[in-house]
Amino acid sequence: MSATRHPSRVAEAPVLPERGPGPVKVTLTVNGTEHALELEPRVSLLDALRERLHLTGAKKGCDQGTCGACTVWVDQRRTLSCLTLAITCEGREVTTVEGLAEDGELHAMQRAFIEQDAFQCGYCTPGQIMSAVALLEEGHASDDAEIREWMSGNICRCAAYPNIRAAVRAVRDQA
Amino acid sequence: MRPISYSRAGDVAGAIATVASDPTSDFLAGGTTEVDLLRQNVMLPRRLVDINDLPLTQIEDRPDGGLYIGALARMSDVAEAPTVRERFPLIREALVLGASAQLRNMASMGGNMMQRTRCAYFRDAASPCNKREPGSGCSALDGFNRGHAVLGVSDHCIATHPSDVAVPLMALDARIHTEGPRGRRVYALDDFFPEPGDTPHLEHPVEHGELVVGIEVPGMPAARTSLYLKVRDRESYEFALASVAAVVPMTDGVIGDIRLALGGVATKPWRARRAERILRGAPAGREVFERAAFEELLPARATPLNAFKVELARRIMVRALETLTGTRSPS
Repeated sequence: MSATRHPSRVAEAPVLPERGPGPVKVTLTVNGTEHALELEPRVSLLDALRERLHLTGAKKGCDQGTCGACTVWVDQRRTLSCLTLAITCEGREVTTVEGLAEDGELHAMQRAFIEQDAFQCGYCTPGQIMSAVALLEEGHASDDAEIREWMSGNICRCAAYPNIRAAVRAVRDQA
Repeated sequence: MRPISYSRAGDVAGAIATVASDPTSDFLAGGTTEVDLLRQNVMLPRRLVDINDLPLTQIEDRPDGGLYIGALARMSDVAEAPTVRERFPLIREALVLGASAQLRNMASMGGNMMQRTRCAYFRDAASPCNKREPGSGCSALDGFNRGHAVLGVSDHCIATHPSDVAVPLMALDARIHTEGPRGRRVYALDDFFPEPGDTPHLEHPVEHGELVVGIEVPGMPAARTSLYLKVRDRESYEFALASVAAVVPMTDGVIGDIRLALGGVATKPWRARRAERILRGAPAGREVFERAAFEELLPARATPLNAFKVELARRIMVRALETLTGTRSPS
């Protein structure tokens, strides 16, 4: 069933230094700006963004990786910030919905959400937008069925789905 | 969440030495199961060793036509890899039908093999659960068990194995490579996922500090035509009620080295060996497909709530076989 292939190098390896469980210095790069924070290792990226950096775009919906309201990008990939520990993002690049606009100009997807009336209460919208921009980057928006499937990690309790798809289509077709 | 401390590993040996030296330390990869279970107080490590920087992200072709997938390759990267799309479409399909795009970006292949059951009694950190607290009893046996397993179950546990991608990997005879305090090991996938029996808390044969470093998939040219069929309550972003991974090589209408595995219905990724035995060497056709599917589910032990899975699993097996052999009549 199993076979030892070669002896381990583990015996000589030193045990790694430990940080925490109390607050430790954590450097986060968010929307291009470096922030030095004192965080406990258990703090999620979502809580660090909202409670420490006051970037309240990413929302705490379920806090268990189900709803997608907390979607941000880590190294340009859409990621659930509620299931990510902030300390694991040291050395990585975090982008939130607050980082999408450039020089005061909304991102095309943000404009399309307004033009297509792609939200009602707006709670899921920052996550929807971060997911939608990434969706186009990934090339998963060829038709409505594909958009629906690849946006399924972002729940909208108001069921604005048809208008969200319209916004995605609008930006896709501008390109 | 309880307080935890943190270490980030830069090499495999350091990660293993650190976890192995401390029974209260665990590896942390994508975190999609682990951070959730930390918050629920189901997992209670004192320290997490972050392995996300380790150089285990490769997706490599093997000389035998197979693949070697590093444990830290993300589900999304494996699904998009051209070699996976071309040669192992059933792996790609199982990956893209699992979880959501965000979770697939985060979740590692090694973590997928190590993920925990979604049995609600396991996850509530309060109900009796032999998997979480050995000897405490199984709340699912007489509880709400519509999603639970019908194959490989015991009087101690009926928790369904949640992975999609482990199902095609089981069909393809994949092997898990680990490295640990006592060196490298290779496990047949079937051995890596034991049935619960009277020790449902022992989910894998690995020892503390042993790290999954990769998954080896042997070459199988016939897998270029293969499928993963998944049936669930919602069209997307939901675990399987029943799923099947199938590779059906054919010569002159006769079935060759067929591979069939089931998901969503068993306590482990379930290789459908009874069905394979009936189908190997048989001429393709609905009758033999139905007989094979019937036989595979004969050992099923269902509850009033999940009995539908027995028939569901049989029907999707027949459908997968008909689809792959081109014998499916239009409906």
